[in-house]
Amino acid sequence: MTPERVKGQELSSRHLLGLEGMPGEEISHILDTADALKEILDRPIKKVPTLRGVTVVNLFFEPSTRTRLSFELAEKRLSADLMNFSKTGSSVSKGETLLDTAQNIEAMRIDVVVVRHQCPGVPGFLADRLNSVIINAGDGAHEHPTQALLDMLTLRQKFGDIKGLKVAIVGDIAHSRVALSNIYGLKALGAEVMLCGPPTLMPRGAESLPIKVCHDIDEAISWADALNVLRLQLERQKSGFLPSLREYHMTFGITMKRLEKAAEMPLIMHPGPMNRGVEIESAVADSGHSVVLDQVTNGVAVRMAVLVLLSAPEVKLT
Amino acid sequence: MKFRIKAKLADADGMRRTLTRLAHEIIERNKGSKGLVIVGMQTRGVHIANRLKDLIHSIDGGEVPVGVLDVTLYRDDFRLKFKQPQVQATQINFDLDEKSIILVDDVIYTGRTTRAALDALMDLGRAARIQMAVMVDRGHRELPIRPDFVGKNVPTSIGEEVRVRVKEVDDEDAIYLVEMEDLNGEEQPDDA
Repeated sequence: MTPERVKGQELSSRHLLGLEGMPGEEISHILDTADALKEILDRPIKKVPTLRGVTVVNLFFEPSTRTRLSFELAEKRLSADLMNFSKTGSSVSKGETLLDTAQNIEAMRIDVVVVRHQCPGVPGFLADRLNSVIINAGDGAHEHPTQALLDMLTLRQKFGDIKGLKVAIVGDIAHSRVALSNIYGLKALGAEVMLCGPPTLMPRGAESLPIKVCHDIDEAISWADALNVLRLQLERQKSGFLPSLREYHMTFGITMKRLEKAAEMPLIMHPGPMNRGVEIESAVADSGHSVVLDQVTNGVAVRMAVLVLLSAPEVKLT
Repeated sequence: MKFRIKAKLADADGMRRTLTRLAHEIIERNKGSKGLVIVGMQTRGVHIANRLKDLIHSIDGGEVPVGVLDVTLYRDDFRLKFKQPQVQATQINFDLDEKSIILVDDVIYTGRTTRAALDALMDLGRAARIQMAVMVDRGHRELPIRPDFVGKNVPTSIGEEVRVRVKEVDDEDAIYLVEMEDLNGEEQPDDA
């Protein structure tokens, strides 16, 4: 029996370029679909035939372990055919342009492009020029929508509802695509968002957004229901944003000692890869308050949901 | 899509009597309820499955586990019918190996949903056997599939549809024969 269609429970875009402007109902719909798909990961035969015949190319111009493997696994669980592209060892090193690379790959008759690129806006650029469905797997410091979706799925599983939840995003906000996608998504679902980090790593104009900004980690810990601890990119020290990693750890590192001061321990999330001893102490990362590994599992489910929802082509049976 | 009610095929009492007979038939054919599991197909098949479970319990005292199956991911019209699919939960919290599965749906029509359900069940474990129980068989099979337990055989035309309503979702227990008025619309009738 065909499930009844509920109005608003359909994504309005055929691409997933970011969470900016996506209504809360659409985000919830993706999360609901991910919840339904999660069960497949625990089956003896972890595969469904849904995307048989759909070809996906994972176009990664930037290194990635988690995201690429997670997409790859999601594609395999849904029986899609997939190709992997990485910048090293490809014709990009011979000077081929982004558009030429993408158009050549599309000429091989593919249906979905999952793209990660160091430049913000690349997924949108490709969406305007290719016929394939484009899924953003991270573009520069702009957006990383599937990461934010899996963060929200994890929050929803732990707290039941995201509305009214207090989420603090901690660390290098200015260079983080995870932060921006989370801000859009969490606000759309009615959460309160706080950004906490050193002023040098806070984006310009952050004060003008409808979010709290603070520079005191203890304040953030006592305020928040959940902390999303961002990775401190080690290059930042060289670029002069930080005096030293040790100082960063002393001022903003999440330690057990700090957490224990709070009346209620917040939930600890981290998009990975973690720099243990810099933004997060090992004792915290491995504690019962950390849901880092749940996030990874949810990542596969969320990416399956996005693929299922976007890969069915618009063919009408009349 | 618009439709017009042509006939009421059963009311709550009629449905209860039919389900009671189905429960007796299931027990008779399987020589009791031992080793049986029931899997209901989303959405209305699940509620019918739960009622069969209760009836079987009241007849021979057996506790038969009930699972929930959503076949959206296995449908052959996945890439044709939906712009975007609505995936519902599959929840089977017990082992299917060596069990006798009673697959339950409200209406059987082309048999394509049943084909999808069989594929899904094969992926979930190796059952000893799978039998199918439906409330209504409305004919027009497109695949070599035949239910084992049938509540009502209702010959229909292609333009008609059978609606099984259950009080858990529809506020009443009843079966209607309806006529679809806009077959050229975007959505085709359910091929349950």
